[in-house]
Amino acid sequence: MKTVQFREAICEAMSEEMRRDESIYLMGEEVAEYNGAYKASKGMLDEFGEKRVIDTPIAELGFAGIAIGSAMNGNRPIVEYMTFNFSLVGIDQIINNAAKIRQMSGGQFNCPIVFRGPTASAGQLGATHSQAFENWFANTPGLKVIVPSNPYDAKGLLKAAIRDDDPVIFMESEQMYGDKMEIPEGEYIIPIGVADIKREGTDVTIVSFGKIIKEAYKAADELAKENISVEIIDLRTVRPMDHAAILTSVKKTNRLVVLEEAWPFASVASEITYRIQDEAFDYLDAPIKRITTADTPAPYSPVLLEKWIPNSNDVVKAVKEVLYL
Amino acid sequence: MKKITKQTYLDWYKDMLFWRKFEDKLASVYIQQKVRGFLHLYNGQEAILAGALHAMDLSKDKMITAYRNHVQPIGMGEDPKRVMAELYGKATGTSKGMGGSMHIFSKEFGFYGGHGIVGGQIPLGAGIAFGDKYKGSDGVTLTCFGDGAARQGSLHEAFNMAMLWKLPVIFIVENNGYAMGTSVDRTANHTDIWKLGLGYEMPCGPVDAMNPIKVAEAVDEAIQRARRGDGPTFLEMKTYRYRGHSMSDAQHYRTKDEVEEYKKIDPITQVKDIILEKGYATEEEISVIDKEVKSRVKECEKFAEESPYPETQQLYDMVYEQEDYPFIS
Repeated sequence: MKTVQFREAICEAMSEEMRRDESIYLMGEEVAEYNGAYKASKGMLDEFGEKRVIDTPIAELGFAGIAIGSAMNGNRPIVEYMTFNFSLVGIDQIINNAAKIRQMSGGQFNCPIVFRGPTASAGQLGATHSQAFENWFANTPGLKVIVPSNPYDAKGLLKAAIRDDDPVIFMESEQMYGDKMEIPEGEYIIPIGVADIKREGTDVTIVSFGKIIKEAYKAADELAKENISVEIIDLRTVRPMDHAAILTSVKKTNRLVVLEEAWPFASVASEITYRIQDEAFDYLDAPIKRITTADTPAPYSPVLLEKWIPNSNDVVKAVKEVLYL
Repeated sequence: MKKITKQTYLDWYKDMLFWRKFEDKLASVYIQQKVRGFLHLYNGQEAILAGALHAMDLSKDKMITAYRNHVQPIGMGEDPKRVMAELYGKATGTSKGMGGSMHIFSKEFGFYGGHGIVGGQIPLGAGIAFGDKYKGSDGVTLTCFGDGAARQGSLHEAFNMAMLWKLPVIFIVENNGYAMGTSVDRTANHTDIWKLGLGYEMPCGPVDAMNPIKVAEAVDEAIQRARRGDGPTFLEMKTYRYRGHSMSDAQHYRTKDEVEEYKKIDPITQVKDIILEKGYATEEEISVIDKEVKSRVKECEKFAEESPYPETQQLYDMVYEQEDYPFIS
């Protein structure tokens, strides 16, 4: 085992795959000479050269489309968005081309491509730089959406994403790049679409994904002091969702809280809530609770931001509500 | 470029006439509601395809275009019966009925679609060229779009990176005068679309695109440039469409006289006049070609009519490469 930062896990996954397959290249703003805006591609230009580690102008629509076109013609691109907030100017290419080429061409063309970069808030960045669009992408048939929460999962899932023959959205966090964790020395792959039970428990199920899951860990520690046993499921993949894992857990605990750093309307939490009430209604001992950001654009002021974003106290409160405590 | 010979003119006449009659047939079966959705026809613009195909090497060159896209794959080698069947939504169609009129694809013949979002295919075309350059092929990608798409940001981003990276791509704007019902002079402060290339120092210029010879010469020069590794070219094909933007277009934005003026320089008529003038064929021989074309179009219609619809399970078959993708049901 060795200890790596999240950014190093990302870099290892990309580098190992690029050594294995010549058709893979990395493209994006500042990925080459600058070593990545968050240093997730540190050293890659030196190893792979400018043919395969490519700095782009600031043109998210254009380079998304170029990468997709090359994927139709034999490449397996990794496209880095400095943040998924910036993917919005290129989202037409992702939704209308990457996600649809295979079906529209009757299976003649496919699009093996990974779009990766940070999602959601990262401190006081204000409204345009604090958004989570997991549900937007997950709403679209043709895409897969992965949101890892730690370095181990990030490496194994990114390697799976790069090897996948379908377009994958891979979402990280500026606030996780420095997280450290022990990972195996050698290569490993984590399958797409499989959730992970991060903590086993018996009284209530919390489902979450991405960096906000840390608030669930903190809440679980607090609740353990009161002898409340929390099971925490990390979705890891939002689309396809490991619905069976949630269902199994809810049938055991009979109570569900969903924690998501995103707006409430039509959120991933909404989808989980619908499906559990549909398939496990008789197992539920309390209405499902979801915890999301406030239904507003992210504010700047620290006082307002703290109010806007979910925290462990919100989780503790929700867990107690579903336990009628 | 291959020499333009007697055979070239005869092939041009036969091909362009077939494309025109194929589109006319689609218009008539559309009115019978056998083909649905939107239907955008190529009538009037045939010289662009005929000329470009003459300059291309179809063993390695590729093409991508927008939604006025039925005849390009046919020109590149695709079986027109399968294109007609796609418009009928049949299982024998090029996309097995998944794409329809605006989304014809033919990977086997290097035709990359068939794209429904105006300008969305422009960066894709640059990307296909990127793929060829990456793998060391000297194939060239013709990236076609309409005058309306020239006003999209996607064009500018693709132009910039294609020049920066010297991609083997030819950008072709088929300027037929109207973005749906909006004339070119109502979409920008200038009407010479080819001049957009100047800002990127991209070789560019206008082409008389009612004449396949002029098109072939311009495309050939651009292909040679791209093959040498000298990067993209932007060509403005000055053309005209006789029919509306789509079948629902009442065409209040132009006069019948204007359409008639362009029909005087019709590409098929121009080629036919040369054939007769030079004695490459007699009127009788041309009428034999006309009959053959009519009968081939009829065969396409028959094939499409008689083909089966897809099985409904096919709905889930082509969204993902992953065979057991767990769709929500």
